[in-house]
Amino acid sequence: MIQRIDYDAAGLISGLEVHQQLLTKEKTFCRCPAGLYVDSHDGEVLRHMRPTLSELGEYDGTALMEFKTKKEIIYLLNKSNVCTYEMDDTPPFLVNQDAIDVAIELCLMMNMDIIDEVQIARKQYLDGSIPTGFQRTAIIGVNGCLPFKGRRLTVTHVSVEEDSCREVMNKGHQIVFRTDRLGMPLTETVTGADLRTPEEVRDAILLCGLVARSTRHVRTGIGAARQDVNVSVRGGSRVEIKGVAKAAYAVKLVHNEGIRQVNLLRLRDLMHERGITKSDDIRKTAVDVGDIFADADLGFLQKTLGASGKVYAVKIEGAAGLASHPTQPDTTFLDELSGRVRVIACLDEQPILLSSERLPDFANVHRYRDRVRKRLKVADRDDFFIVWGPEADCLTAAEEIRLRFVDAAGGVPKETRKSLPGGYTTFERILPGPDRMYPDTDSPPTRVVPERVERLRKQLAPPPWEREKQYSEWGVPLETVHYLIRRGGVETVEEVVQKTGVDGRTAAVEIGQRLKALKRAGIPVERLRTEQWVQIFDLYTDGRIPREGIRAVASVMAREPGLTADAARAAAGIELKDASEWRPEIEGISFDGYVVHKGDSAARRFRYIAGKATRMLRGRAPARDVVSFLQEKLGVRS
Amino acid sequence: MTTPKDRSDMFQGYRGPARAMLEKFTIGVWSEVEIKNDAGSVFTGVILPRNETCDDLHVVIKLFTGYNVGLAVDRILDAREVGYRKAVYKIPEKEFPYDPKKKNVTLLGTGGTIASRLDYRTGAVIPAFTPGELYGAVPELADIANLTTRKLFGVFSENLGPENYKALAAAIGEEVEKGTDGIVIGHGTDTMHHTGAILSFMVQNSPVPIVLVGSQRSSDRPSSDAALNLMNSVRSAAECDIAEVMICMFGPTSDKYDLLHRGTRCRKMHSSYRSTFRTIGDMPLAMVHTTVNEKGSHFEYISHDYLPRDKTRKPVINTAFEEKVTIQYYYPNFNSDIIDALADKGYKGIVIAGTGLGHVNRPIFPALRKAIENGMTIVMTVQTLWGFAQMYVYDTGRDLLELGVVPLDNMLPEAAYMKLCWVLGQTSDRETIRKMMLTPINHEITPREPHMGYLIMQGGLPEVDEFICKHWK
Repeated sequence: MIQRIDYDAAGLISGLEVHQQLLTKEKTFCRCPAGLYVDSHDGEVLRHMRPTLSELGEYDGTALMEFKTKKEIIYLLNKSNVCTYEMDDTPPFLVNQDAIDVAIELCLMMNMDIIDEVQIARKQYLDGSIPTGFQRTAIIGVNGCLPFKGRRLTVTHVSVEEDSCREVMNKGHQIVFRTDRLGMPLTETVTGADLRTPEEVRDAILLCGLVARSTRHVRTGIGAARQDVNVSVRGGSRVEIKGVAKAAYAVKLVHNEGIRQVNLLRLRDLMHERGITKSDDIRKTAVDVGDIFADADLGFLQKTLGASGKVYAVKIEGAAGLASHPTQPDTTFLDELSGRVRVIACLDEQPILLSSERLPDFANVHRYRDRVRKRLKVADRDDFFIVWGPEADCLTAAEEIRLRFVDAAGGVPKETRKSLPGGYTTFERILPGPDRMYPDTDSPPTRVVPERVERLRKQLAPPPWEREKQYSEWGVPLETVHYLIRRGGVETVEEVVQKTGVDGRTAAVEIGQRLKALKRAGIPVERLRTEQWVQIFDLYTDGRIPREGIRAVASVMAREPGLTADAARAAAGIELKDASEWRPEIEGISFDGYVVHKGDSAARRFRYIAGKATRMLRGRAPARDVVSFLQEKLGVRS
Repeated sequence: MTTPKDRSDMFQGYRGPARAMLEKFTIGVWSEVEIKNDAGSVFTGVILPRNETCDDLHVVIKLFTGYNVGLAVDRILDAREVGYRKAVYKIPEKEFPYDPKKKNVTLLGTGGTIASRLDYRTGAVIPAFTPGELYGAVPELADIANLTTRKLFGVFSENLGPENYKALAAAIGEEVEKGTDGIVIGHGTDTMHHTGAILSFMVQNSPVPIVLVGSQRSSDRPSSDAALNLMNSVRSAAECDIAEVMICMFGPTSDKYDLLHRGTRCRKMHSSYRSTFRTIGDMPLAMVHTTVNEKGSHFEYISHDYLPRDKTRKPVINTAFEEKVTIQYYYPNFNSDIIDALADKGYKGIVIAGTGLGHVNRPIFPALRKAIENGMTIVMTVQTLWGFAQMYVYDTGRDLLELGVVPLDNMLPEAAYMKLCWVLGQTSDRETIRKMMLTPINHEITPREPHMGYLIMQGGLPEVDEFICKHWK
């Protein structure tokens, strides 16, 4: 099994689809409040979905696959955040123009060409995540790029779309969704397949996040930004890894997908060597073997048989050994089969399916294996699998197993995979194609006039790379700049620098780094408005407080919102004295209380004495002055 | 590749500058194009027809990613055709299977959107109609009955009128004559209750069910109610015991079952809900499920007072219709000029939807008196929809009765309108008119309103919220 691959040699390429919730008051197509999440409901609606034709007259493959699953879909409703639009009993209202504005800003930041007349389309999703059965979506900008590691990361398009429901439960033929998130405005930023390593994918996700935050009009917090990562290797296919919650997770996910595709291509070659190349070459036989397993000591089979379910054996001719072919690290092709069976046949009773080669260890297992082999006439070159559950689902499962082998003969099937903890993925659905898109006849197009674009361009905040440049000139560490952009402190820093004359580095470090520490200590510093920061830094630049006093005054003001900076200074006990007043106090400072540790050193001893002196003089003398006085007095070089 | 000249529809919906651009680059609708604009962006996709209500400054293309974008023609620098791909938006047509053990149902089409496809120019939905198309869209139909279809006309329900009603009634008569086991009428939902009422009068004594059906969410969307309504209506036509004119539409908010409403007692009550049709002043006739209950039936009959199926019975078809009839919805400040103008224009009947128990204000009394004296029929219904016109309770009502206004008890205004058209189409004798209007044909007037019938639940009340929480809506 290979655990390492040379990405370049394998021809790994990757691109992103970054979903970002926008900060608007209302949802995208109705007047419900946006961003109001609840965990309770006061009504439920049941629906089923059927596939429909695209405008070009074709059914979409994913849609048909999802229809095969025949799910009962239940939506949980709460009147505080949904209306009759979300439950699809009212047509859409006109699209939220604030959401379009934010999307245009995002596009402008990425140097994109804004679409002149925005057309709303429907993108089918029959998994139930949207009650209409489609997501309303519209392209806002195309043809953009981001500066990335000294080259350009292309941005193919940005669209505005409505967010989907949150899944609560998915078991058997029933799936339950909460509708609070449904209809929230999102942008989807689609990059070109320009990324070449897992680390680049991570960095590109971080960059897209910074760009979105730089507009100041996006939501933050859990679930506000989610990305899908498209990965393929040379000879493989585009596989979309859904729901990568954090940039750092992308590294292992992309790596593992690269390995999976390389392994699947080897499996294809192996099948071709056996002469299996097309659908007709893969024949299956599915037989009810409930009688054989009637007394087998396997809990899940007994449970199924007890609930009048069936146990089916599925023979796949010529498939001997293929199921144990490696795919992702520590995973085999059997996992690909069980993913399809779980999703499409709705058989989700663990371990979902058994393969003849890896039957669990139970009494007389060999006898059962032999009986099945005999019943289905399984030859040495064949393999068989066991599935269990309702009869119709077992038959669907049998065909899905066969179809997955058919796909394997073609290499890597295009699919959407769900990311799991630990960097693994599992089958979610067949990758949808353009056939699932058709125009939304409920919504008129929105003309975007050049005047509107120019107005938005004028109020556009600086993009992250401009800020990085500016701040690095100030000597601010990169991670501090990124923190400020992500958490929304850059405007404050810039205004403080402009109004108080403080140097950029001090302002950025105090507001960025120190703030993080205060937040961690539970002090509500996010309450502080820019004007208050200006007052605080005025005190500092006027010499009324020492540098370490900035943090102390900020924390008092955060806790007591009514105070002016000067009153907060007084409350924090800061009253700077002339050096002639405090110097005598530490003239005779001693090493009393210093405990000699193993690592005793002159530096350690100096730190002890300096700490003691600054504590004594806190609020009366700037720590920096105290330290330099002591250095001079004790003859320590700084 | 077809040359543009061969294509008659190449500018579908495009005019002005947009059309000029297409002409300039000799491209058109369904051209696969590569278009370059002044920002250097390249768009590749198919040119779609333009909705005629949209402006003439943009051309719409469907990108190969599936998205549509509108491009300002004044920004287009270059465009070239790389192919041609006309959409064949077609519901897969499969031969509808025939099973001699199953009942034969006839589907009459009027232009409803039960199964449909999109029309780009108008954004409208075009019905799929042949049995093969319906079978392709809703294959479950073949498990229910043998289906034959007959397209009568293709109009939206708001455009249906007397000629269509007459044609429908006549077609029903013909199909019954041919021995069908039940009739389904595909119909737009907006005026389905009007059609339900008029057919109840024009087609009486039917041996088999006559079921009107439509959809509130068109079938071009995955969450459409069309398939469920269609399956349940065909089931009702084939197997239901009620041989009346009925409306079969969503019962609850969820995808659970349909309700059969009496054609004369039903009304569309929400502009967009699936469960928009409600029986008013009575209870629905039955619930229809796609699955069987413990008794092996798809139906749960709520009412037992109906005309049962009997194929030996002969229907009575009477397509009389007087068009000079109107409904007037009364409001404070209603001016008598309106009544005078209607009389001047030769109107023969007015259905008033009056306030409360059936009232209008005194200043219009002289106009009403004059109109009635000149031979007009004026009947009274209630705009509250629920309850009876009881005009003997207050002086105003008594005075109106005195003028010769005919109180129609709990007949719904739309049913009253259709009945008055039908009656005036047959007679102008005042007493005969009064007698015909007051003698119910199919429960358009009921003697009693059941106390469970008035079921407008007031959302927000604790007991209603509790009910909604407990049961799927």
